[in-house]
Order: sequence, then structure tokens, then C-alpha cells
Amino acid sequence: MKKGYGTKNLDELPLTAISFMTTETNQTGEWRSQRPILDSEKCNRCGLCWMYCPDQAIRPQENSFSISYEYCKGCGICATECPKGAIFLVAEER
Amino acid sequence: MKKVISGNQAVSYAVFSAKPQVIAAYPITPQSAIVEMLATFCSTGDLHAKFINVESEHSAMAACIAASVTGARTFTATSSQGLALMHELLHYASGLRLPIVMANVNRALASPFNLKADLSDSLSQRDTGWLQFYCESGQEIFDTIIQAFRISEEALLPVMVNLEGFILSHTYEAVEIPEHNEIERFLPPPPPRECLDVEHPSMFGSTTDLYINFRYKMHQAMEKAERICQDADDQFRSAFNRGYGLVQAYRCEDADIVLLAAGTVASSCRVVADRYAKKGVKVGVLRIRLFRPLPKEPICQALRNGARLAVIDRDYSPGCGGILAQEVKAIFHDGNLKVPIYEFIAGLGGRDVNDEDIERIIEQTLKAKKPREITWIGLLK
Repeated sequence: MKKGYGTKNLDELPLTAISFMTTETNQTGEWRSQRPILDSEKCNRCGLCWMYCPDQAIRPQENSFSISYEYCKGCGICATECPKGAIFLVAEER
Repeated sequence: MKKVISGNQAVSYAVFSAKPQVIAAYPITPQSAIVEMLATFCSTGDLHAKFINVESEHSAMAACIAASVTGARTFTATSSQGLALMHELLHYASGLRLPIVMANVNRALASPFNLKADLSDSLSQRDTGWLQFYCESGQEIFDTIIQAFRISEEALLPVMVNLEGFILSHTYEAVEIPEHNEIERFLPPPPPRECLDVEHPSMFGSTTDLYINFRYKMHQAMEKAERICQDADDQFRSAFNRGYGLVQAYRCEDADIVLLAAGTVASSCRVVADRYAKKGVKVGVLRIRLFRPLPKEPICQALRNGARLAVIDRDYSPGCGGILAQEVKAIFHDGNLKVPIYEFIAGLGGRDVNDEDIERIIEQTLKAKKPREITWIGLLK
């Protein structure tokens, strides 16, 4: 995330903190305390986890789905919504 | 055109004339009529604004912030508990330096549950970085809303216009409503400012090590805002022959006792002051119209050394006292102006502050040897 403004002068600062990057630079996966694990054998590829994920951390693959641990905050909505019980949560270890 | 309208309708007509592009609001007594009328203007197509229905005041302010970040002229209205629910977002609005205008219809905060006038709801938001005006009549409400849009767009700070619930919001008065083109001369479409640009995505208010610098810039803007408010009022006066000043001093020049209040309590004080003048007792009235930023110089200029100042607070900060009294005491702290301050709490929860109450305040202040603890008006024996 951009933190500097290339100026040491107060008057040249914008009125409010503006960062010309998108939230893609914010790797929210660092916040996670529970890690979702996808058992692709049980997965029926219905896509509910992908639809419900508030962080777009479920990524459609050619024949299945994968989880982006860079952005997944571990909220567990995917595990709750999965009709096949193919996603389960384990404690995150760092 | 002159119309007989309520205080709430004065807000709606003024907002209609200011042509906002986005209105987001949630209903709450005694404010609801403001946004109901605006919703009607939007639905009939008379007002080309996007009216966003939301599920709470917190969301209303969030929607206003999002709209304002894109450069839209934005309005909302609320009261009491609704304003309290917005509290978190009020800081975002000012920190992002957004010119949002909000009408707050003052209503006492629960508990006990109460629907009537009390200024504690908005005065307790004094540290959120919003400019705050307190009105006294239907005409002043209309005019202040128009001024508020212009002030906020110049100061790049949000403005809250306060009117007391029922006393002003539901009282009908004759209000002069200028033609749209006259208003547009005073209030042109919003000037360009730094906005969200979908072609060049950015984050507003993102994490920064320079936090204190942005707060300081807000402080500078607040310092400048007093001048902007005065200029706006002066230019409003030259355009429409009406103006109010930042504080209103009445019979203060040679007064032995000055009653200080915000809102409609000041109206009753003036009637009583006239009565005392006939008896040869010099009573002045100082009404605070702009509360944030607090116009310190105009307040000091209105008072003479040695005058007794009776502050009537229709608000209360538990553990401290009246909020206006605290603020005024801080102004005189340097001791250049010697004004003994007598503190009164009155009219909480919409209780009338009538002539007898004000006479009692005057008599007690004149008789007292020196200021003592706060006097509460209207308690049971």
C-alpha cells in the first residue's frame, strides 16, 4: 500500500489520504484465524461458495474451485453454504 | 414567494432549491416530514435527485459519503437517536473533507424515551468535525440550509443545521422563498473538487503514516470556516436583505446581565429583556447561531467587562454541566474579559422555558454574590 506522498510539505498534501491503488494491495488473508480447506472429491462444483464469498477469495478453475489464501479472511461462509460439506475449517497456524 | 410552512417544510423547500443530486435518509420523529417531502419532490420529477432508501441512519450517512466522494451535492436529515447511530460515520465525512449538508431536528436522547426538543443530541457530536448551526425561526432555517451548501462546498467540511423538534419543526410560519434563479446566483452548482474517478481507481482515507498532518489540515480548515460562514452570511444579506451573523447580540452593549442561549430559548429571552428594559434593568441576550467553529471573537466583542453572564443550556453533559457553559468558560479562561458566569440547565426533554423561568434566572443572577453550582430549572420540589 502506498503510504508516502512524495512531499515533505504540508501545503502540498491532498486534503485527505488518497492512495492510487486498489484494495488488491490489501492482503486481508493475514487476518485469518480459521483456514477453509476444500475437499475437491466431495465438491459438486455448484459454485455457491464462489457466489457467497464476500472477499472474492474463491477462484473458479477449469473443473473445480480453489481458495485464495492471500485474501480469504476465514469467515467460514463458504463452509456454511456448501451443500456437500466439502469445505471445512481448521485453526490457522502461523 | 411567501408561504406559510413548518420548520421541516422550510428545510425541504431549501434543499429543493439547492438542487442536491443525492439524498439518502431514514425516517425518525420529528424529522420524517423533511425527507417525506423530498421523496415526493423526487418521485414527481420536480427534483432530479437520486433518493436512496436505506435501513438505518448509519447506512444513510454511509450512502451520503459514497455519493459525496463522487462529487455529488448530497443531503440527509435526522434526529437524536438517528444522529447518535451515525456517530461513527460523522467522523468519516469530515475526515474525507466532504461537503455533506444535514438537517438535525433536535430531540432529547433516551433514556427515558422522549420525542421533544433538547440540544444534547447535536452538541454531543461537537468533536466530529462538522460545522454546526442552531436556528431560531422558519425563515432562518430556510436561509441557513442554503448558506450551508455554499459554506460546506467552500470549506470542504460537512455542515449540520439544527432546529428544535416540534418548537420549530412543526410550527408554521410565513417564510419567504426566493426564486430558483436568485438562489442559483448565490449558490451555483458545486465547484469541482478532488473526487473518485472510475478511470483511475483510488482509495479515499486509506492508511497513512501522515495521519496527524491530515488532522492538522482539518484544523486549519475549521479555523478558516468561521470567515467563510461570515462571508456567506454577508453575501446572503446583500442578495436577499436578510442575514443573521454568527452570534446575535441584543441589548448587550451596556447590559448588566446577559442571557446566553442557542435556538428558540433566545426568542423568549428577548421578550423578557424588553420587559426588564421598561423597568430600567439592562438585560441583554446573546444567541449562539454558529457553534462549530465557535465564534470566539464575536462572543467576546458582544460582552463588556463586568457584565454577568447567565448561560441557559437546553442540554447537559453528565458529570460536567451545560455544554454551552463549558465552551463559553473556556473562551474567558485567559482573563482578559472578566465576566462571571452563572449556569442554568433548563428545557431538557422539550420542557418549555417560559417567561417565569427566564425571570427567575435573571433575578437569581442579579442577587447572587458570585457564581455557585449549576441551577436546574423545572425540578420537582
